[in-house]
Amino acid sequence: MSGIINGTVAKITFRATMGRKRAFLFAITPLILLVVTALLKLANPERASWPADILGVFGFSVVLPLTALIVGTSVLGAEIDDGSIVHLLATPVRRSSVIITKFAVAVVLTMIFVAVPELLAGLIATGGVTRLAVGVFAGAIAGSVIYNAVFVLVSVLTTRAIAVGLLYLLVWEGLLGNLVSGASELSVGQYSLGVANSIARDPALNAHLSLGTVVVAGSVVTVAALALAIRRLGAFSLKGDAA
Amino acid sequence: MSTIELRNVSRWYGNVVAINDISMSVGSGVTGLLGPNGAGKSTLLHMIAGFLPPSRGELTVAGQPPWRNAGLFRTVGLVPEHPSVYAFLTGAEFVRATARLHELPDPDAAARRAIGIVQMADTQDRKITTYSKGMRQRIKVAAALVHNPEVLLLDEPFNGMDPRQRLHMMDLLHSLGASGRTILFSSHILEEVERLSGTIQVMVAGRLAASGDFRAIRRLMTSRPHVFLVRTSDDRLLGATLIGRPAVTGVELTPRGLQVRTSDYGTFTRELAGLTRDANIRLRELLPADESLESVFAYLIAP
Repeated sequence: MSGIINGTVAKITFRATMGRKRAFLFAITPLILLVVTALLKLANPERASWPADILGVFGFSVVLPLTALIVGTSVLGAEIDDGSIVHLLATPVRRSSVIITKFAVAVVLTMIFVAVPELLAGLIATGGVTRLAVGVFAGAIAGSVIYNAVFVLVSVLTTRAIAVGLLYLLVWEGLLGNLVSGASELSVGQYSLGVANSIARDPALNAHLSLGTVVVAGSVVTVAALALAIRRLGAFSLKGDAA
Repeated sequence: MSTIELRNVSRWYGNVVAINDISMSVGSGVTGLLGPNGAGKSTLLHMIAGFLPPSRGELTVAGQPPWRNAGLFRTVGLVPEHPSVYAFLTGAEFVRATARLHELPDPDAAARRAIGIVQMADTQDRKITTYSKGMRQRIKVAAALVHNPEVLLLDEPFNGMDPRQRLHMMDLLHSLGASGRTILFSSHILEEVERLSGTIQVMVAGRLAASGDFRAIRRLMTSRPHVFLVRTSDDRLLGATLIGRPAVTGVELTPRGLQVRTSDYGTFTRELAGLTRDANIRLRELLPADESLESVFAYLIAP
């Protein structure tokens, strides 16, 4: 993997992503997660499952997907939108290397802004290194990987990546995931919760899939999304001044 | 030897034909791709750079098809028209990053050399956001030159440059061409192409309207029928005098002056002063009535 990660592309991507105005958005939802967790801890609610509710439901259906959406569509989509990608593509760097590097940067950023806060919130909520805290950390790492593969692909496919990503999250994961049982098998949110629950073993997390299923399905989705993104970037074309 | 070869290349988007059956060979030296806006120059350059596949026909650069061939950028440098660059980097960082993307053995030295070529050493440590359009253009050229490419493609390189920067860029391209590289640049301004390149390819509405030595095409342009507007102290008398001359094919009295049609630009312009003096007519104004680039092009593509 190390040969395919391009250090220069990674550095430029990191600086471009963190330098944009939308970068402050990365920190908003994780901050809310931490503040709400701390407040709940202080309030000491009677409902015993509150840590799983906040870490699982809010963490995995709001914080993780939204942050991954903004990061995953920023690392490549923003450059495609403003045209600066041409400077990168007018070099012999392999298109696979561009996609994998951008994906890796997105995964690392999402882990920093979601997985780490989930772990911290888990430690605060449960008062120590518990199965739940470690579980949501592992689940958020898995989610960072799979979501970003999907959102990097979406940003190569369309210039309206954020809108398409939001539609997927709201309609597929939010609505159909709760109404149609089969939809959860194709839901990245459920893959992440599946990983979390394999460690946490907490029914309040609402995980519907077994670890075996989520590992296989998550890997297939990640590899397929990246392979398709590489293929599409290889055929990246510039619009001319059509007469 | 020609490094860029197009054989019956066409490109269309749905029902719109952007490039229509173009065949051309571009060899070492500076070649200008001239044509009005919307003629398909950018589309053609994008195809040559591998950013667009031809819908039909064959296209090779240094013997290889450019589409889906990122490795070709070892021999090709591209200066896109789009002004967008990684503006958060300094000029030097941008060129150095490009050198690293090319995996050059000594990226710092390559970047210094390229920045020196475009004379940006003094401003290389400023962020690109603070650059003028002309400076951005030059730093893009430095990035495109950093790996010392055999072929350099530039899309409207003079856009946004002031006259001094324009002259400097012309000198630069000229010396790059003289050193044996293949330089292909697009422009919609006749004078830019005239000053810079001996060889031109004229594109109009997706077609190749003329191709070859600039002077020959220029002669073709100047020996075509010209229309002048002449204002004098006695337009009617001058009209009567002019119609007797072989170089003049028509005169018309208009409220704005005398409109003269000539088949021989050189002879007419040489004779006019003597004729007015002999007839004791005062010549007040002489204007070419059809010197716009479009009329030149319209002539070039007329069957």
